[in-house]
Amino acid sequence: MLDLKGVNAGYGSFQALFDISLNVKAGEAVAVIGPNGAGKTTLMRVISGMTEPFSGEMEMEGKSLSSFPPHQIVELGIAHVPENRRLFPGMSVEDNLKLGAFAKTARSDSAKNLEFVYELFPRMKERRSQLAGTMSGGEQQMCAIGRAIMSGPKLLLMDEPSAGLAPVVVQQVFSLVRRIREEGYTVLIVEQNVQQVLQVVDRAYLLEAGQLIDSGKSKDLLESDSVRKAYMGL
Amino acid sequence: MTRTIPFIIGFLLVVAPFSTPQYPLHLLIMILIWSLVYTAWSLMGRFGLVSLGHGAFMSIGAYVTALLWNYSGISPWIGIPAAMITAAIMAFLVAYPCFQFKIVGHYFALVTLALSEVVKLVIIASRDHTGGSLGFTPNREGDGTSFYALQFADKETFYFVVLGAWVLGLVIWRLVDKSMMRYALDSISEDEDASAAAGIHVTGSKLKITMLSAVLTALGGALYCQYQMFIGPEVIGGIGISLQIVFAVVVGGLYTMMGPTIGAIITLLMTEIFRNWITSLRTEGIDLAGLDTSIYGLMLILFIIFLPKGVLGELIDRLAGGRQKDTS
Ligand SMILES: Nc1ncnc2c1ncn2[C@@H]1O[C@H](COP(=O)(O)OP(=O)(O)O)[C@@H](O)[C@H]1O
Ligand SMILES: [Mg+2]
Repeated sequence: MLDLKGVNAGYGSFQALFDISLNVKAGEAVAVIGPNGAGKTTLMRVISGMTEPFSGEMEMEGKSLSSFPPHQIVELGIAHVPENRRLFPGMSVEDNLKLGAFAKTARSDSAKNLEFVYELFPRMKERRSQLAGTMSGGEQQMCAIGRAIMSGPKLLLMDEPSAGLAPVVVQQVFSLVRRIREEGYTVLIVEQNVQQVLQVVDRAYLLEAGQLIDSGKSKDLLESDSVRKAYMGL
Repeated sequence: MTRTIPFIIGFLLVVAPFSTPQYPLHLLIMILIWSLVYTAWSLMGRFGLVSLGHGAFMSIGAYVTALLWNYSGISPWIGIPAAMITAAIMAFLVAYPCFQFKIVGHYFALVTLALSEVVKLVIIASRDHTGGSLGFTPNREGDGTSFYALQFADKETFYFVVLGAWVLGLVIWRLVDKSMMRYALDSISEDEDASAAAGIHVTGSKLKITMLSAVLTALGGALYCQYQMFIGPEVIGGIGISLQIVFAVVVGGLYTMMGPTIGAIITLLMTEIFRNWITSLRTEGIDLAGLDTSIYGLMLILFIIFLPKGVLGELIDRLAGGRQKDTS
């Protein structure tokens, strides 16, 4: 579904990603794991069109992404749940969700998708008129995921959904991710929370200092000594 | 009760010219023209797009209309739309690079500030055609009243022209307020990146509102020209006018439909009162020229500090607050 080949990217003269090649197949959940500053957020921003790559090729279902601005990439079926959730704190939960369906391709299904999000996350229905900024971290993450689903995507990009949340809430967030998978969405998730994320994805890539250094099935990575040492402190 | 107020005001506005002496009628016309300009500015200002360049759009509206009339004999009925299109193109040329390169906030304000100076300097430099700093007067058609030339010797007719334009401004404000674009722009003003991630065309939405705002401002400039039959680069442009626009909207209220109009009423009455006061002092031999602008400036600073939502915004807050207390 998503194919990256030899992508180089960064900010101004600073290069944050070197020769990244990865793919995500339809129906899969794939993680990119790496420490702080590895370039995970940059990778997500490049795919969703918010940061322009220096070079390389990106395709979504055979269509090149390179020349599209963010709002058109959403129309191609890629939704981005940004780092730190980035809700509109002064707007109600429902307005936040509705904004997720702003893309031309999503507007006609807006009401249907809203029903679907409320079904998926009944908590959001209870909180529909509350200001998004006044909810707990876990609820805000739920809202951010819901907002992404509102665009009717095929592929969800999630940037560290568990960051900054209490351990109990982290558990809930990963079960949300599992729910999303069961609904048939393809997921590309970046995380530092290695142990947990490997429980919910099929495959993972390891990103370090802007380079992919390893990849494999979750099961194998969980058992790999180097991964256990480097990322789980075992 | 509150529902009938707009009807009463509407009725008064329609009968006003038939029972009002010339001087108050003149003030009313000026208030309506400036209200249109202020409303136009607030279309984008309310979304955090602070332009200090609207004097440029007013100038373009006035000068394009007047130059087409004097030199090519093109009726303002065509000249005004042409001026509005020119303002839209100018807004696009300045705003597109800004938005594309993420020039926002203070930096955007500075770029637009430069625009208002550049347009002013161009007008002054082309003095052979525009009259430069001395100003410009549209040619009178016949005895001064001509529908074709949009010139009216009597204030009553012109009053209805500007009343219509002002209502148009309010209608557009309301349409924007009820549109999807408002959602988009609200979220853009909160967080551009998150809006882009949600599928909003950030640059496009900002461009649309900026161009709409410029077009309506140009209409205001053109009407000012047709009414006063005199324009000058500093009279309807430059930094002075650009700042006046921002101040008046801040005084009236940025986030309500009638806020800019209230701002026009307050600031215009204030300037008139000061001007008359200083003139009368001068006849007694006391020269306080310039004091009016100083007091005016001081009052505006006080407004910004103590009534940041403007007079109307504050009033609405108070009324709403009072109501909430009543019910609890
Ligand atoms: N806007 C930016 N401008 C310049 N450098 C940046 C910017 N954002 C991130 N970086 C740099 O790019 C590198 C990768 O950052 P990022 O993609 O945010 O990493 P991660 O999400 O894995 O923590 C870091 O060295 C960071 O300092
Ligand atoms: Mg990050």
